[in-house]
Amino acid sequence: MSKGMLGKKIGMTQVYDEAGNLTPVTVIEAGSCVIVQVKSEESDGYSAVQVGFDEVDKKKLTRPEQGHFEKAGVTPRRYLAEFRCDNGDWQEAKVGDELAPTLFSPGDRVKVRGVSRGKGFAGVIKRHGYHRGPMSHGSRYHRGPGSLGGSAFPARVMPGTKLPGRMGGQQVTVENLEVIRVDTDNKLLLVKGSIPGPRGGIIRIEHQS
Amino acid sequence: MVDYIRSIERQQMRDDIPDFAAGDHVIVNVKVTEGGRQRLQAFEGTVIARQGSGFNEMFTVRKVSYGVGVERSFPVHSPRIDSINVVRRGRVRRAKLYYLRKRKGKKARIRERR
Repeated sequence: MSKGMLGKKIGMTQVYDEAGNLTPVTVIEAGSCVIVQVKSEESDGYSAVQVGFDEVDKKKLTRPEQGHFEKAGVTPRRYLAEFRCDNGDWQEAKVGDELAPTLFSPGDRVKVRGVSRGKGFAGVIKRHGYHRGPMSHGSRYHRGPGSLGGSAFPARVMPGTKLPGRMGGQQVTVENLEVIRVDTDNKLLLVKGSIPGPRGGIIRIEHQS
Repeated sequence: MVDYIRSIERQQMRDDIPDFAAGDHVIVNVKVTEGGRQRLQAFEGTVIARQGSGFNEMFTVRKVSYGVGVERSFPVHSPRIDSINVVRRGRVRRAKLYYLRKRKGKKARIRERR
């Protein structure tokens, strides 16, 4: 675990690099991040930095949350996340420090974590990449899961068998993405490739350790 | 939210690209880097398609080289394109001239637009 912050996925586009190659990028809004709490070995048993993101009217928070932000002396935020810094990162962190996208610089490798788009109750082809049966010629077997296992033995379906069910809406981490550009004016980060979640989704970016 | 994307794209758009359409005969001067040296390479042929819009637009140029059809697609706003010269404007009745792939010689001609 190392230095990171929260952000909002804006969407994807393309940019040209110096060589003129088109690179696919995801634009991430990474502004209004602030350190709300610094946890240390002595007081909490581990060291970490708690980061708040997305300013919000304090009336939208619960009383305990309001108190937490008041104690830190920062304006209330909608989202909180913790970044462990056992490796000695973030020695100079203070409560109230604003985090800017300059935490990252072009060329850095980052890890991006978000909640993937919910796909609902999905069949085995979409969910597990199974193949389809023939659609015609009297096949009568189209998108089913096929055999689930033996019969008299083991007389049950093995745990972990891939079946239809809820797909998406899970936390997904994409590692080793390259930071292409850091825009301090608009507080934007451009990261190469795609990241989980819909546009407007809250994501967590941290340095690849 | 989407405005950020629009502004990133707008910054990269070129305004020195001439107006051209499918059917036009063009010379595309492409910057080629070989062993650290940069030179211009011309690709001359007929525009057979323009697809996409705005910053993401691409166009395809077709030529017949030593009897072999060669097609090359470029992003309209690519910095690798030095310039595009429109040599001749063609009168065509569709936006995508993929039918030219099956034709050669006299049948592959395009009338000039005036």
